[in-house]
Amino acid sequence: MFNFLVRRLLLLVPVFLSVSMVIFMIVHLVPGDPIDNLIQIGATPAQRAALVAKNGLDQPLLVQYGVWLRNLLSGDLGNAIIMRRPVASLIAENLPHSLRLGGLAFLFSTIVGIATGALAATFKDSWIDRAVTTLILLGSTVPSFWLGLLLILLFAVQLEWFPVSGARSWTGLVLPVATIGLHGVALVSRVTRAAMLDVSRKDFVLMLHAKGLSHWRIQLRHVLRHALLPVVTILSLRIGWIVGGAVTIEFVFARPGLGSLLITSLNQRDYPVVQGCLLMLSIAVMLGTLLGDVVQAAMDPRVREQLQ
Amino acid sequence: MTRLKTATFTSVVKSWRGGLSLACLLVVVLGALLAPWIAPYAYDIQNLAATNQDPSLAHWLGTDEFGRDVLSRIIFGARTSLMVALTAIGVSMVLGMCLGAAAGYFGGAFDRLVTAVVDLTWSFPEVLIALIFVAIIGPGLNSTMIAISIAYLAQFARLTRAQIMGIRNETFVEAAANLGAGHFHILFRHLLPNALTPVIVAGMLATGDAIILEATLGFFGLGVQPPKPSWGAMMSSGTAQIFLAPWTILGPGLAIAATVIAINLFGDALIEALDIRNRLRDT
Repeated sequence: MFNFLVRRLLLLVPVFLSVSMVIFMIVHLVPGDPIDNLIQIGATPAQRAALVAKNGLDQPLLVQYGVWLRNLLSGDLGNAIIMRRPVASLIAENLPHSLRLGGLAFLFSTIVGIATGALAATFKDSWIDRAVTTLILLGSTVPSFWLGLLLILLFAVQLEWFPVSGARSWTGLVLPVATIGLHGVALVSRVTRAAMLDVSRKDFVLMLHAKGLSHWRIQLRHVLRHALLPVVTILSLRIGWIVGGAVTIEFVFARPGLGSLLITSLNQRDYPVVQGCLLMLSIAVMLGTLLGDVVQAAMDPRVREQLQ
Repeated sequence: MTRLKTATFTSVVKSWRGGLSLACLLVVVLGALLAPWIAPYAYDIQNLAATNQDPSLAHWLGTDEFGRDVLSRIIFGARTSLMVALTAIGVSMVLGMCLGAAAGYFGGAFDRLVTAVVDLTWSFPEVLIALIFVAIIGPGLNSTMIAISIAYLAQFARLTRAQIMGIRNETFVEAAANLGAGHFHILFRHLLPNALTPVIVAGMLATGDAIILEATLGFFGLGVQPPKPSWGAMMSSGTAQIFLAPWTILGPGLAIAATVIAINLFGDALIEALDIRNRLRDT
């Protein structure tokens, strides 16, 4: 297991380098002089020269990347052009909101997804199964930002149960979590149901039936246990989707967070902030996938051997 | 080998899900094609005396904050949505197939390179990939298409590679090679036709996702720029009128949801009829 961890962490290095290189290239690929994309409006020529020197903008690209990476690793992400603050402090302010929202949505999707998937498989072809299958179809096809708006219309505008937007109280989290969660619930539920139906056809299940165990006991104690492995796989593969979902939904609910910050800065062409946000979101996806892989390896020795 | 045949197509249309979803898709496609003739108003005609009106006989789905007819904008918006999604997925599919097929057929260093890049992008949500490329190219119609096609490239390359790997060592390939066929001939005449069906079905399902992604970018204000209508952008401006004119959100959202659900139902029916669920799964 220790070997696996070391190898898996080493694999992150090239991934991080390639992703950061793409993100670094943003200021060089957009039209215009990179210095204009990095400097605050109304900066003096002296400040301009200082920024050129700091980022080594007169150096070859690879050297510039090295400088950028070094600044990055020491926590310096540059300064926001429009908001006139260090990008690092903007991110530090917004990150906890995104983590809270994403984490809760992930928890919600996992618990509700496994529960509904298991129910549907246990009562296959009953009305419960049909209801869950419909939920899966809706959850995986309805655009999440529209669902968010519908929930706002119903529960915030009409019924006034929850606030329309903002992050001032805990009640403001209910609708966003439900919105991101439904997409995840659909995914987890579909995989759980399919995996349980797969396992139910195995001989050992027939054997359990022959022994006279109750349907419930077989489904929950034996079938669900075997079916959890693909569920963990899909959760670990798709952990990034929770991050992606959070990006959209924060914007819909006008909540602070990395997603909102990213969209705002994209619209304002505030490239240092764009770079910072994209980098943090990518790191979140990488760490999420890593966590998923570790959980999977802990559960299944075959996964550990694959990386040897 | 499963091939798209008229018989399978007929059986899909005859099932209630397949028939209903196909009918729904036909309405959307015809609406997009015939928009200038069937839309009751032009998409950009403003009427500041009649802003945020309730649905009425004159404006079936009401008007938006500039007094523009919501129904007409939804019909014209179908053009944007379909054009972006179909172009982006088409490009992505062709490029992805070429990459995946070459990787699966030739193997070696090229295969390792493609697999590494594909695995790298695979774990990233499409929204994030699309946003990275919108950041590079700048907002607008073309960058939306480019960003979406890049976001889905990995999926097609991966799927095609798996299909090619599955049949690369079959006897008919060996026979063709022994008869003196070149790599190009074997790839395009023998391997790709046999790998095509799952990729086309996956492409169809991806078109549904691409419609949502286009709408999401439009909703962020990064897609098609005003006054051109797009379902996502319409909803985004609708959020400002959520108390005054909720139908400006409901209409376009319903259009997206109906289109995407229809695409998914039709794709599912195709997968059932062709019996290729397993070939799509192990990617």
